[in-house]
Amino acid sequence: MRHLTDGSTSIVRGALAAGCDFFAGYPITPASGILMGMLRELPRTGGVGIQAEDEIAAIGMCIGAAMSGARAMTATSGPGMSLLSENVGLAIMGEVPLVIVDVQRLGPATGGATTVGQGDVQFVRWGTSGGYPIIALAPSSIGECYTLTRRAFELAARFRVPVFVLIDKELGNTRNTVDARAFAEPSAGPRNADPIREHDGAARPYRFEPPGEVPPLTCYGDVAGLRFTGSTHDERAFITKDPATVDRLNRHLAAKIDLHAHELELTEADLDPEAETLFVSYGVTAGAMREAVRQARELELEVSALTIQSLWPVPEAALRRVLGGVRRVVVAELNLGQYRREVERLARDHEVVGLHRVDGGLIAPERFLEALQ
Amino acid sequence: MSPTTITPLGTFRNQTPYPFCPGCGHGPILDRLNEALGRLELDPRQVVLVSDIGCSGLSDQYFLTSAFHGLHGRSVTYASGIKLARPELTVIVLMGDGGTGIGGHHLISAARRNLGITVLVFNNFNFGMTGGQHSATTPLGAVTATTPMGNLERPLDVCATVAANGAAYVCRATSFDGDLAERIADGIRRPGFALLDVWELCTAYFLPANRWSKKSLHETLDELGFAIGVIRDQPAPELAAAYRELAAATREAPAPATEAIEPRFEARLDRRVSVVVAGSAGEKIGSAVRLAARAAVLSGLWAAERSDYPVTVKSGYSLSELVLGPGPIEYAGVDRPDVLGLLSADGARRARPLLERMTEESRVFALPGLGALETRAAVEELAPASAGIGKTSTALAFVAALFNRLAYFPDVALAAAADDLPGPYREPGRRAVAAGLEAGRAPR
Repeated sequence: MRHLTDGSTSIVRGALAAGCDFFAGYPITPASGILMGMLRELPRTGGVGIQAEDEIAAIGMCIGAAMSGARAMTATSGPGMSLLSENVGLAIMGEVPLVIVDVQRLGPATGGATTVGQGDVQFVRWGTSGGYPIIALAPSSIGECYTLTRRAFELAARFRVPVFVLIDKELGNTRNTVDARAFAEPSAGPRNADPIREHDGAARPYRFEPPGEVPPLTCYGDVAGLRFTGSTHDERAFITKDPATVDRLNRHLAAKIDLHAHELELTEADLDPEAETLFVSYGVTAGAMREAVRQARELELEVSALTIQSLWPVPEAALRRVLGGVRRVVVAELNLGQYRREVERLARDHEVVGLHRVDGGLIAPERFLEALQ
Repeated sequence: MSPTTITPLGTFRNQTPYPFCPGCGHGPILDRLNEALGRLELDPRQVVLVSDIGCSGLSDQYFLTSAFHGLHGRSVTYASGIKLARPELTVIVLMGDGGTGIGGHHLISAARRNLGITVLVFNNFNFGMTGGQHSATTPLGAVTATTPMGNLERPLDVCATVAANGAAYVCRATSFDGDLAERIADGIRRPGFALLDVWELCTAYFLPANRWSKKSLHETLDELGFAIGVIRDQPAPELAAAYRELAAATREAPAPATEAIEPRFEARLDRRVSVVVAGSAGEKIGSAVRLAARAAVLSGLWAAERSDYPVTVKSGYSLSELVLGPGPIEYAGVDRPDVLGLLSADGARRARPLLERMTEESRVFALPGLGALETRAAVEELAPASAGIGKTSTALAFVAALFNRLAYFPDVALAAAADDLPGPYREPGRRAVAAGLEAGRAPR
């Protein structure tokens, strides 16, 4: 059995399978398919979907709903990401489990509403003030749009953090053939079975020690005196400027991701031990990379490839492993080298070449093969 | 979960004294809120106070209820999320005139939706926390840190704005009013959106800068012609409840048919090919190519399909790309099509760069009458009979004819894909495919 479907539909399907029961969004090309899909499906599955007055309200509603026990998601594109990023900081500070889908288009500003881009890679990482870690996943196929959206909900709950799912106009809106087994996993359990909730958390909804551990989530309605704040706070969520407490809070926000970075690595390596060149890519461009590798092998050319599915934190262990066997790295992306700089910092002894495109078109497999010569 | 019996609280306040300046109106308003919560005998587990930034944003820390302290001006959005997710909760927003200005659109939207939250505006006409700058509600002529010559901007009538836009309960009061607690309780009792604009004094900045007093509040109301007291009390369906009512009806509707496709025909294609069809908007080019994609998948091929059209959907060109192959399509881009179908002058114009790039091995199929095409590709006219099919089916007939000529997959797959079309599209689709297959077979 096969499906003929697009990435947006696959993300909707993945979100519902993960138990998503709240969606708020605002229409924007090329992310509107997810908004329409969620608003069509959620009433039927017992959830709530709403078109908000703007992206700020959309994420604000998601944050409020998430703290009330919902599994919440919003979806937008670059201009909407810009609007909602102050609230990304609030979700980081308040430790809110939340999934944010960014269907990238060519930027900056209005850019190309219907043209592809991968220019938000560093933006999702550093898009809010203060600079604390987030998690970002980048599906590179329609099947992965499903599995990684589900994974995003799991990670959001596990780490109480906004998790980004980064796709692009082409992956979101091109219909492609997918083996039905891609959607075969059983659905997540009911909301109330969520193990992250505990009802004695009202007195102490946050825990900063040990720094790398994540406190269970307590939700509105379960207890009295549950507090939430975007200000620097103590473990009871009362505002404080006490330097020792603030230091523990901020180090906890970083440590809960940093100390678990190795658990978050998702990559797919296709290695040829004889290869001197390694291709590295992600998202829609990784599909072209894999096609190029297939063609290269038909031509008896030696090449290795790494698809990166967990963009943030950078999968450093996986990258170091594959860098060990090669002399040269080609990083391909639809921007002018945003992720190349992450690879460069790990590949100081290698020749690192960028394969970039910012005219609204895709990087074709032929471009990879040229880079192999 | 703790026991469910509700013990009426003597007070919803905790032991911490307020931090506000002497004479500030915030403390008295919060005392009236405390009285209102007591009168309503609410379970403190079921009450969430939502605040944002400014002196009023400190307020939630002095209550035993639950609390959410968010970003400047966005409290209504968090409150909306909480109410939509847990409609049984009592959700009360505490915001200043600063938050009202920066988040005005959220207030209007929540009023229009008649979402069941209660908003208390702590309106002291300036930004008390950041140094006494003017706000959206600063009266004309008032001196503030950012209107040293006197304010030239007319103040926002918060009550009239939300009342005109669907709020169920709207009241303007002052922090000195004896019946404020009862008015707040009324707002909370109403199932829909309630807003109380409570005028008060900022003794740190506004009062000394403008030689104001309690009397000035009423004089300013008169000067501006703003109403006071209960301005609107009009029940209407509350959003969170109305949504659930509609959703319950939807849940009984049958789930949409599964889109899984079981390959059951034999394809004759052993390599990757790309087919582009270009025509005019409104010709249903995309639908026709999607049907061909389905036929290909029914024949065991892998297909990827994307459409391109101007933002004004119903004018100009429409172009669809289809990539077919015997295995998964990892790269769906089409830089130089193997086959191009042209249905109109709009399409031919849009496809000009493709025509220039196409080689001698590639093929172009065009409806008659498009004139000479500049290309090295082999050009062939293809004209399905228009009799018996509607104008909107021309593209489908053309695409069926084109794939019949290409013979990548059997004709029966196209007919089967037409059989799978939803209700009203099925019969016209079948007729168009039949006409197309006839034309494709015709000798030339």
